[in-house]
Amino acid sequence: MAAIVIKDFVKRYDTIEAVKGINLSVEKGGLFGLIGPDGAGKTTLMRAVCTLLLPDKGSIHVNGFDTKKDFAQIRSIIGYMPQRFSLYQDLTVAQNLKFFADLFQVPLDEQEIRLAELYQFSRLEPFKNRLAGKLSGGMKQKLALSCALIHTPEILVLDEPTFGVDPVSRDEFWKILHTIREKGTTILVSTAYMDEANLCDRVALFFDGKIQITDKPDNLRAQYKYPLFQIKVKELNPMIDLFNSVKEVHTIQKFGDALHISFYEIPDEGRWENWKNEAEDNLLSREQIEPSIEDIFLEMMESMDE
Amino acid sequence: MSNSVYAVETTDLTRRFGKFIAVDKVSLNVHKGEIFGFLGANGAGKTTLIRMLSGILAPSSGQANVAGYNIYDQTEQIKKNIGYMSQKFSLYDDLTIAENIDFFGGIYGLSARILEERKAALLQKVGLADFSNRLTRDLPLGFKQRLALGSSLLHDPPIIFLDEPTSGVDPKARRSFWDLIYDTCEMGKTVFVTTHFMDEAEYCHRVSILRDGQIIALDNPRALKKKYGKSSMQEVFVHIVKEKDLE
Ligand SMILES: Nc1ncnc2c1ncn2[C@@H]1O[C@H](COP(=O)(O)OP(=O)(O)OP(=O)(O)O)[C@@H](O)[C@H]1O
Ligand SMILES: [Mg+2]
Repeated sequence: MAAIVIKDFVKRYDTIEAVKGINLSVEKGGLFGLIGPDGAGKTTLMRAVCTLLLPDKGSIHVNGFDTKKDFAQIRSIIGYMPQRFSLYQDLTVAQNLKFFADLFQVPLDEQEIRLAELYQFSRLEPFKNRLAGKLSGGMKQKLALSCALIHTPEILVLDEPTFGVDPVSRDEFWKILHTIREKGTTILVSTAYMDEANLCDRVALFFDGKIQITDKPDNLRAQYKYPLFQIKVKELNPMIDLFNSVKEVHTIQKFGDALHISFYEIPDEGRWENWKNEAEDNLLSREQIEPSIEDIFLEMMESMDE
Repeated sequence: MSNSVYAVETTDLTRRFGKFIAVDKVSLNVHKGEIFGFLGANGAGKTTLIRMLSGILAPSSGQANVAGYNIYDQTEQIKKNIGYMSQKFSLYDDLTIAENIDFFGGIYGLSARILEERKAALLQKVGLADFSNRLTRDLPLGFKQRLALGSSLLHDPPIIFLDEPTSGVDPKARRSFWDLIYDTCEMGKTVFVTTHFMDEAEYCHRVSILRDGQIIALDNPRALKKKYGKSSMQEVFVHIVKEKDLE
């Protein structure tokens, strides 16, 4: 059975349609990721699932309850962490956690187990007596996340939970999400980190108020049509200039110290030899690679621009 | 600006909050025109360091010169010679785009003529020329951040501090933001930037990795990868953060 069912959902702000007719269903116990550019409507959708705003058209059901009528029932089974959630700045780290644990009526023995887990991810234990207001930006975010994860709701909605969170903690956070999911919780999460999309069961690519595709991350990646090469170089910009004038090239994207170049067709060895010579010693290596979700995302944005 | 080849020089720069040491004897020299990255786990001290270098927060001890001015008694000059984009706040959501630019122009004391000129150029550059009367709130984050960067450059400072400018920004908008960073650098400015996206670390000329307020590593990305025997800055970062856990 689906835990969240969204049918023809439309939301307008003034005259602007922020969400333009969405159909989506999230399986019970699923870990569902929403990715898309800022302003695409992800937050609007998540707020609507949490009954915080009503659809102008269409419907949303959560565990069979209608967000238009049954908001009390929905709110009792849903946990929501909004974007840029702020805590009680004048309570300490430990007091904030305790406050939310009691609010959600988490039994004491369970509180202890969960706290240990959350402290490990957040690395906040040494700072448990510090006021929340005095934490760094990412530490605040991790505390807010810990407060949201201290109980185990049936449905968990997290809007950009890893905003400003460092790479090591992000990794540990996703491990916790997986253990929560294993307990049966359904999770809906949005993110700007494309590597996190890989960690979801299913992902929706959300652009311009509409869902373009929904699928398993592997299937999304399989949609990429072009042969893709990762090219390691000494200097990125001269190499971009070089490939910009090559007619077989479809797109060029920077990926850290490498370029991802997609071609209309696989270039033959002779072409590579030419480019290597032209680049002098700037081209260090090349390798045909599988596209990542970030490649898919960028490709999608390119094709929307056209 | 001074004759020194360095935009920023610090020696044993330290900041305590009570007994806690947030920035611990940081010594670094940053060249004019460099893109210099600060990496580090949450709470490592990046923002505290930037706030000191921007003349906003007084150090507890140590020395620093920013744009040739002393960090203890020339903070007013420092503020005129730097741009600062903070991690939390960059623009007023309830002002229009044009009003935000005017506001920053006002803070920096630009004449009306110069402000109008720079405003027009900035709006053009970030692709918002036709939207200047829109509320800033309605802008996608990627645009907001580019506008904020432009606004903090209105007074043409030689140094700019960017604290997590791309957090929450999507992959395409992040790439456009970095194009702007490169433009800024080509104008001869020194750019300090913090990020939790490790691909962006690769775009810096040099990066320093902070842990518990101390600089653990400082070099160009290629040298750091070589030193730690890793193939990406992501791996270098994880190694340095976790190294501490093993102690
Ligand atoms: N006013 C304050 N009082 C007490 N401690 C503080 C204060 N300001 C900062 N700190 C502490 O100093 C440390 C460094 O904070 P800082 O904001 O510099 O970290 P950061 O590296 O910018 O982290 P993030 O990646 O999360 O932004 C943290 O432990 C923080 O709690
Ligand atoms: Mg910070």
